[in-house]
Amino acid sequence: MFEDLNDLYQQVILDHCKKPRNFHELPAATCSAQGRNPLCGDQLQLFLALDGNTIKDISFVGSGCCISKASASLLTEFAKGKTKADVEKMFERVHEMVTTGNVQGDVGKLAVFAGVHKFPARVKCAILSWHAVMAALKGDAKPVSTENEQT
Amino acid sequence: MTQPAPNWPKLRADFPILDQQVHGKPLIYFDNAATSQKPRAVIDALVHYYEHDNANVHRGIHELSNRATAGYEAARTRAAKFINARNAEEIIFTRGTTEGINLVASSWGTKNLKSGNVILLTEMEHHSNLVPWQLLAQRTGAKLAYVPVTGDEGLLDMSKLDSLLTKQVKLFAMVHISNSMGTVNPVADLCARARKLGITTLVDAAQSAGHTPVDVQAIGCDFLAFSGHKICGPTGIGVLWGRQELLDAMPPYQGGGEMILSVEYQKTEFKKAPHRFEAGTPDISGPIGLHAAMNYLDAIGRENIWKHDQELATYAYEKLAALKNIRLFGPKTGRAGLVSFLIKDVHAHDVVTLADQAGVALRGGHHCTQPLMHRLGVESTARASFYFYNTKAEVDRFVEVVQEIQKFFAS
Repeated sequence: MFEDLNDLYQQVILDHCKKPRNFHELPAATCSAQGRNPLCGDQLQLFLALDGNTIKDISFVGSGCCISKASASLLTEFAKGKTKADVEKMFERVHEMVTTGNVQGDVGKLAVFAGVHKFPARVKCAILSWHAVMAALKGDAKPVSTENEQT
Repeated sequence: MTQPAPNWPKLRADFPILDQQVHGKPLIYFDNAATSQKPRAVIDALVHYYEHDNANVHRGIHELSNRATAGYEAARTRAAKFINARNAEEIIFTRGTTEGINLVASSWGTKNLKSGNVILLTEMEHHSNLVPWQLLAQRTGAKLAYVPVTGDEGLLDMSKLDSLLTKQVKLFAMVHISNSMGTVNPVADLCARARKLGITTLVDAAQSAGHTPVDVQAIGCDFLAFSGHKICGPTGIGVLWGRQELLDAMPPYQGGGEMILSVEYQKTEFKKAPHRFEAGTPDISGPIGLHAAMNYLDAIGRENIWKHDQELATYAYEKLAALKNIRLFGPKTGRAGLVSFLIKDVHAHDVVTLADQAGVALRGGHHCTQPLMHRLGVESTARASFYFYNTKAEVDRFVEVVQEIQKFFAS
């Protein structure tokens, strides 16, 4: 009945939503940021342990829909061991992918979010954790929100 | 006066928008608490106004201006009758419930509240009947207090009321029907208890005005606000009703044309209510469309609509309650025409996205009642809200879809 939703709820997404990875607080965190979606009241908190420009460890907690949880979970898997610059570059690619459907370069497992662009109301869910990680890397103290995200 | 039972299928055919497919499935529109659909009669009234009578109101001498003014003021008289106000001068046109409440907070509130006073609200208020009072409290130094909600069944804890109705309370603002739980509050009783203590009252009738008879004299409140778009009227128009003696003593809300008697460079003499509160060229087609909507609803009879709402809500509630792993919000009996629910381990937004694929338009989120959601320990709920054009067959389909969603996420 929900065949058309396979683009949105891919198996990988369902798996990460039901069993989110790195889903805990991080006592060793050197920075953290909160992401809020004012539309639905969802909140995510990301924790990062930085060693210079390298993300040694990353985790998240919070509540959210399947898409936002899976997105945060896959983000943490991707970001672990990467540099700030790697994450910034991937943010641009993910942003482009979930808003337009265009996949530029290698996005690895994150390609499962390519279908999100067909569901404009859900773009904010997919991008929330990415805004939060960018804010954490910039050292922004204020919670980020998806309020200004163009959908 | 009891009206005959309506021919519901015939009424449904008055709504052109309902006859369509969404994602290849027949549309089931269950987001009526957000906004209702518009019958042909309302759409025609708007088209007729723009094709024949459009002009600015109150200032013109020419024929079209006379017609536009007559249409605008006739809507005011009709709105007075719709809520049994004593006279049309007590009806102020606003953009909607939100603006009506902001008008009272800004004008009446700023004049009458001071530091140490208390504004009493309930824990189930929509942000529109909460944020304006927070802003007023910040401006005046007044404090906010809340009548608690009992829990998932969403009733007001009346046992706390006496201790909350203190001498410091100057205003008690309350929602008539909760948009997120379907609770029907005993507003007449609440207003009577406040009145005994000299407390001014405001009723948010956004969810009630188009669904059940609303009589401001029977309720015994001081202010009441509702929106046109939730009662089959256009968006951008609403009504604020206030007791004449209160309105006459209130300072203007906004300044501009239409609201003045005479203007000099240093001072202005204002018109009396309601015109004092309607600065600038108003929404003219809005009241004209709203007039058609009020006529349409009262031809059906709001007692009939209420019965139909309750039947669907009870039916939907019982069918959902029979399913496993469903958490329901709001009272078990006597609820208004909506059901608010959560599927275990499935976020409300995922429920709504899946339902949409099946043609069912639901709402998921905090429903602009974020403090209430936190009070209940949830971030959001999914909500199905009904109107008289909805059918039991649609509820059956909706419940099937809920079961499909459960299966989808269980697999």
